[in-house]
Amino acid sequence: MTAPAEFSPWTDPSAKPLIRFTGVTKRFGDFTAIDNVDLDIFEKEFFALLGPSGCGKTTLMRMLAGFEMPTEGLIELDGQDIAPVPPNKRATNMMFQSYALFPHLSLRDNIAFGLHREKMPKDRIAARVDEMLKLVQLEPFASRKPHQISGGQRQRVALARCLAKAPKLLLLDEPLGALDRKLREETQFELMDIQEKTGTTFVIVTHDQEEAMTVASRVAVMDHGRLVQVATPAAIYETPNSTYVADFIGDVNIIEGKAEPGDGIMGIAWAEGQPNLTGASDLTLASGATVFMAIRPEKVRISAEKPEGAANAVAGKVLDIAYLGNISTYHVELPGGQVIKAQTANTDRIARRDFTWEDAVWLSWSATAGVVLER
Amino acid sequence: MRRALVIAVPYFWLLALFLVPFLIVLKISLSDTELAIPPYTPTLDLSEGWAGFRAFLAALDLENFTFLTTDDLYWKAYLSSLQIAVVSTFLTLLVGYPIAYGMARADEAWRPTLLMLVILPFWTSFLIRVYSWMGILSQEGYLNQLLVGLGVISEPLTILNTNTAVYIGIVYTYLPFMILPIYATLERMDASLLEAAEDLGCSRLSAFWLVTVPLSKSGIIAGCFLVFIPTIGEFVIPSLLGGSQTLMIGKVLWEEFFSNRDWPVASAVAVILLLILVIPIILFQRNEQRQREAEGK
Amino acid sequence: MRRFSWFNATALTLGFAFLYLPMLILIIYSFNGGRLVTVWSGFSTKWYGELFRNEAFLDAAWVTLKVAVFSSTIATVLGTMAAYVLIRGGRFLGRTLFSGMIYAPLVMPEVITGLSLLLLFIGIGLDRGILTIVLAHTTFSMCYVSVVVSSRLVTFDRSLEEAALDLGCTPFDAFRLVTLPIIAPAVISGWLLAFTLSLDDLVIASFTSGPSATTLPIKIFSAVRLGVSPEINALSTLLIAIVAVGVITASLVSKRAIIRRQRDEQAAIKAVA
Repeated sequence: MTAPAEFSPWTDPSAKPLIRFTGVTKRFGDFTAIDNVDLDIFEKEFFALLGPSGCGKTTLMRMLAGFEMPTEGLIELDGQDIAPVPPNKRATNMMFQSYALFPHLSLRDNIAFGLHREKMPKDRIAARVDEMLKLVQLEPFASRKPHQISGGQRQRVALARCLAKAPKLLLLDEPLGALDRKLREETQFELMDIQEKTGTTFVIVTHDQEEAMTVASRVAVMDHGRLVQVATPAAIYETPNSTYVADFIGDVNIIEGKAEPGDGIMGIAWAEGQPNLTGASDLTLASGATVFMAIRPEKVRISAEKPEGAANAVAGKVLDIAYLGNISTYHVELPGGQVIKAQTANTDRIARRDFTWEDAVWLSWSATAGVVLER
Repeated sequence: MRRALVIAVPYFWLLALFLVPFLIVLKISLSDTELAIPPYTPTLDLSEGWAGFRAFLAALDLENFTFLTTDDLYWKAYLSSLQIAVVSTFLTLLVGYPIAYGMARADEAWRPTLLMLVILPFWTSFLIRVYSWMGILSQEGYLNQLLVGLGVISEPLTILNTNTAVYIGIVYTYLPFMILPIYATLERMDASLLEAAEDLGCSRLSAFWLVTVPLSKSGIIAGCFLVFIPTIGEFVIPSLLGGSQTLMIGKVLWEEFFSNRDWPVASAVAVILLLILVIPIILFQRNEQRQREAEGK
Repeated sequence: MRRFSWFNATALTLGFAFLYLPMLILIIYSFNGGRLVTVWSGFSTKWYGELFRNEAFLDAAWVTLKVAVFSSTIATVLGTMAAYVLIRGGRFLGRTLFSGMIYAPLVMPEVITGLSLLLLFIGIGLDRGILTIVLAHTTFSMCYVSVVVSSRLVTFDRSLEEAALDLGCTPFDAFRLVTLPIIAPAVISGWLLAFTLSLDDLVIASFTSGPSATTLPIKIFSAVRLGVSPEINALSTLLIAIVAVGVITASLVSKRAIIRRQRDEQAAIKAVA
């Protein structure tokens, strides 16, 4: 959502990707960590690999860094197959989850470490290190050792150490995982700022969907070694391609039913004696096939009277109310026993609740508010 | 390429200086004694090629091992080594457990110092630690002087050059091996477990038996093996503190080799000793494995 | 739980008395003036003087020191390599045999190790002397070194090595510039362990030494077989003192390093708050 609107090389068929995965599979013994992945990542992108632990996102990144070899398939960087290139010869750098700062070296020596390996002249190394220290605002601490600085500062040193070599591609493995929530939010913006300033392509691995949504130009949602959906954060949130993605990103209500297809509209028979739900959809499904409607709580309206003209309206009673400060979430039980969440923004300071426990209420949403999904 | 070198150097070192020598022992244990240099036959003559090798194999036999069973010196020595090892392991446990327990219950600030005090003797010469008891236990030694002086006994006791002195020596020198593993398990133990046991109606003593001892079991087993295994092949303690009637297999092997110059029999003694040791070593490994698995959970 | 009972206090007092009294008596009686070792006849340092005039002891001490320095240094190099192979080497042909050969010498009775090495040296016609003792000591102490170093390597954060590779190091440079400096304390304690084991060893040295090279333990052993002697008391006292000073210094140094580190970390936390 933060990337400038005009930056979308993935929609341009003539754009050449910086990284291209073609049919990449990685097995550890019997276990398939990565299952036949095809993926393009473009220059200057901030690309997020998102998924629960064990979904293969870290393995995918470690293949880019050179610490794992694909069992099958091809990985190209700038059109070159990188399989035969060892990690120390690759134009990629990685920021480790643990930061992996060398405990016996000062911050300055940590940042200079990669530059010394390139046999860069001494004075140029010094200049480059100063530049990096300035970028991450750590000049006063240059001669300290890693254990003498805070966690947030360590994170910035790790970033500076990778950036110092001006890699074509920077890999970040859960870069903010070790920071507390407030610091993490600040650092997310700092990361985006640095990415924009340096124009480096970033690939970030994270299990935190909010983080992925905040920083990335595109997000790849992974599950069991497969890419489930690759799209911009807005597209992932508003038009998930499966209940897995819808459920993984943000809060969602999922209602299962039988399809009754119409013209550009899908009727969903979801409960005996209740009118069908309707959602806009282009899916071509056989009548009676299983279908899901995914609807975000903030798109569900709650009212005392049955609203006029709503495409979907169901009656229920309030089961629970969660007051979260900025919003309130109502858990409403429908006659069939299913619980639907509805959110309202608390725009007034005085906690004036319209509804309370056991109240009979109506929930309603428009035909385009929800997404109709096959699986 | 470099990886191959890093593997090869220590690998070949150990092959040449650990495995090959052991195979030589095995081979000589199957040879016959000869008054020659080297004092055994057959010797492998590689110039005769495959036929020579076959002749060499044919000349090997189990004669030395049969000899070991006929002369009761040897099996008595094995049995007595085992007996001394079992008894002294038990004594070391009796002495070591209360010390480990006291250390684990001591103030946290003191524990590193106590731990260092247990480890320190381990760094000092084994030989000197054994030797220090010679002056104490001898006929006119400090212990007898003290006991006679106090009027506890009228005649000095004969302790040095008996099995008692060997037990004392083993307990003394191997005590750190018993204390350290037991201390490690006791120190890790959650103190609230004992409080819970007492809360549920245990007396202090029964809480000790029902909670502390079972929880320190892996430490006790590890400590016992760490004392038992090296004790069986012990040489220095029986030869300095033991008497002529103290039979231990390490001493027998030494004498067979240096005094009798009977290399084949000495080698056979060594092979049997190793076979005896294999069982406790495997049991010890299994205990360690189980402990690691338990900690992994 | 701070229930420091009388039982514990007694156990500790008696236990440590048992551990330290024999050595204390030895030290005290090394300053005894008389030839009769068990009868106190006034303070004197004459046995120390005798000791330093005894050429045979000085020669043996010199041999022992040379053997210990050489064998522990070679053992540290080989043992560190072996540990690295065991923990980081991945799979290779005969890996099980290799780890077996690392652990077996730790439980092998010294008489057997000594005997087998002697038979090897005779078999290949190598004259027994300092070289053979060094070879023998290196072989068993490298196994101790590798156990010490590999237990450090197990807890070593592998991503540090990967970071070094990622920043352009060859695997050898990554070991030299990152791994080795960080595991150095374990390598040093491995060296110290190998050094003391070599200084201390009687049985293996007896088998593998020749008439040209006698080590101090061999000398001490043949002297004390005949009974307690005041010169050996003096020698023992010196050896105990050297070890005690060494161990206590090492532990104080490492303790100070830990304290300094904790202080730095706390300062870092405060700087953030």
